[in-house]
Amino acid sequence: MFNGFLNQIVQGILHGGLYAMFAVGLSLSVGVMRLINIAHGDFIVLASFVLFTLCTALGISPFLAMLIILPPAFVFGYLMQHVLLQKIVGSSNILPMILVTFGLSIIIENGLLIGYGPNPRKLLAGDLQIASLQLGGGVTVGLFPLITFGAAVALIFLLDLFLYRSRIGAKIRAVSDDVDAADLIGLSSKRIYAIAMGIVAMTIAISACFMGIRTNFDPSSGPTQLLTAFEVVVMGGLGSLWGTLFGGIMIGVAQAVGAQIDLAWEVLAGHLLFLLVLVVRPQGLLPKE
Amino acid sequence: MRSSSLQTNIVRSLRILLLLGIVALTFGPLYLDLGHLRFFTEVFSLLVLAMMWNLVAGYADIVTVGQHAFVGIGGYAFYAFAAKADLNVTEAMIAAGLLSLLIGIPITAVVFRMRAAYLAIGTWVVAEVCTLLASKIPGFGGASGITLPSTVIRAVGANVEARFSHLYWMALALAVVCFIATALLLRSRLGVGLMAMRDNEEAAGSVGVNIVVCRIVCFLWTALFLGLAGALLTLQNLRIQPQASFSLIDYTVYVIFAVVIGGIGSIEGSIIGVAVYIGLRSAFSDYGNLYLIFLGAVSIAIMLAEPRGIWGLVRRYLPEDVIPVSHRYRPKTEATPAE
Repeated sequence: MFNGFLNQIVQGILHGGLYAMFAVGLSLSVGVMRLINIAHGDFIVLASFVLFTLCTALGISPFLAMLIILPPAFVFGYLMQHVLLQKIVGSSNILPMILVTFGLSIIIENGLLIGYGPNPRKLLAGDLQIASLQLGGGVTVGLFPLITFGAAVALIFLLDLFLYRSRIGAKIRAVSDDVDAADLIGLSSKRIYAIAMGIVAMTIAISACFMGIRTNFDPSSGPTQLLTAFEVVVMGGLGSLWGTLFGGIMIGVAQAVGAQIDLAWEVLAGHLLFLLVLVVRPQGLLPKE
Repeated sequence: MRSSSLQTNIVRSLRILLLLGIVALTFGPLYLDLGHLRFFTEVFSLLVLAMMWNLVAGYADIVTVGQHAFVGIGGYAFYAFAAKADLNVTEAMIAAGLLSLLIGIPITAVVFRMRAAYLAIGTWVVAEVCTLLASKIPGFGGASGITLPSTVIRAVGANVEARFSHLYWMALALAVVCFIATALLLRSRLGVGLMAMRDNEEAAGSVGVNIVVCRIVCFLWTALFLGLAGALLTLQNLRIQPQASFSLIDYTVYVIFAVVIGGIGSIEGSIIGVAVYIGLRSAFSDYGNLYLIFLGAVSIAIMLAEPRGIWGLVRRYLPEDVIPVSHRYRPKTEATPAE
């Protein structure tokens, strides 16, 4: 009984890695551009469908497909920001931001429904999906969840390194701290925002790959990913990268505990924990200093 | 800008047209067939939803994407009061509205922890929680829902004609009450404060507008009317079911698109938006997903090009609102030309 419970908690922690991956891109756009992209989840699902198409057409592994789409994803994010999203950031009026990204979300979801139909899909990664490891104390973990968690940690580590150790990272932080001052010293905030969105799109492509192998997805699963990512970002502390890992684990564990009751409680438990945290600590659990 | 008598006359004619329209609709069941009665009943419910989203998003700066929560709560509460507590239909509806208002209080307490865009998505999370919880309440049919007992359905009207007519009048009454009450709310001290806040939050706060109270009152105001609308929609659909009673698409997405297209921040805009939305739907409903894509694209384009929508465009050429929610500027003495 206790072993079973411990097992669930470990699975929850590992699943939290996937949620952290969803959230890290959103955290970046919130932190740098103050942009809450309601279509974030739909972009993840869109990327999963692109990977699905590549894998079935070329017969390649999802990981290879993910590497192939990383550069186009950057360009896509860059152009998205340049052409559309730039018009809606930086205003105190939030209406355009919410409505434009909400409209995008509806467009993507229905576009996918036309293109692929409502059936759930999955990315196939062969034996990797079923391999498992025996840990001590009767705890068994899947190899793939473990890899996902490791990948999430690596992704956050690399992003952190990029933001705090590279020149372009320093520019992104400067624009994030004070747009006007950054523009004044000759940094083009428009260009830097576009680069940041390009990086967000790359994190979306990566998380799409892991999500697609881990769970079924269909055109309408975007909002679920968005809400999870949003909860993780708020719980972890807005704009804090390592906070997203922490927030992801919290949601993952809450869902694992809820799943002991039944499927509806799995999702409910995550939402309820989020609302509880909001009441107790609205600034998040690990706020950016 | 000096308004010509032509423009003033247009405003006057539109007002008379609006009043005549309401009067004509009052006698609807005398000349409309069943299909059209049902159609207009839906339009009135939609109008309530649109006016409520416009009130919070257009005036109180609360851009909610979770208003389907209150619609669903109203529906489930109506079922509880009508089918379980054996209240009569009218009592059950009013009780459902009040319960929705009551549940709105803790919801407000939680979501108002957030601001701006966070609040928007926070309302969505709350709506998700409500949907999931609704499928867990014992005795309400779980995830597959439950049909209203025939006693409740018969209480609305003995036959189909009577039922459709009564529902029509109930929906019209709700829409008119909601319309007048909301217009009066906007004309009140609180409404003036809201409009001041919309124009400049700091300035409004500094002249003594209690912004937080204004916003909370608006949010709870919508909880009441959305709950009533939810009860009414349940009577139309004859059943409750979590995904349908708490429908994100029907009660939030379409409503947002309608209001944005018609013109956010004015009651006229909500009315125009619902009319345009219904018109487009009759013409393009066969296209399904493509139609939603189209609505989404149009909303984005309007937000970027003309944020005040169709009514915003029309209003430029009119001297004043057709529905006078703001107070007219009345100079004490005739202003002398500055040059």
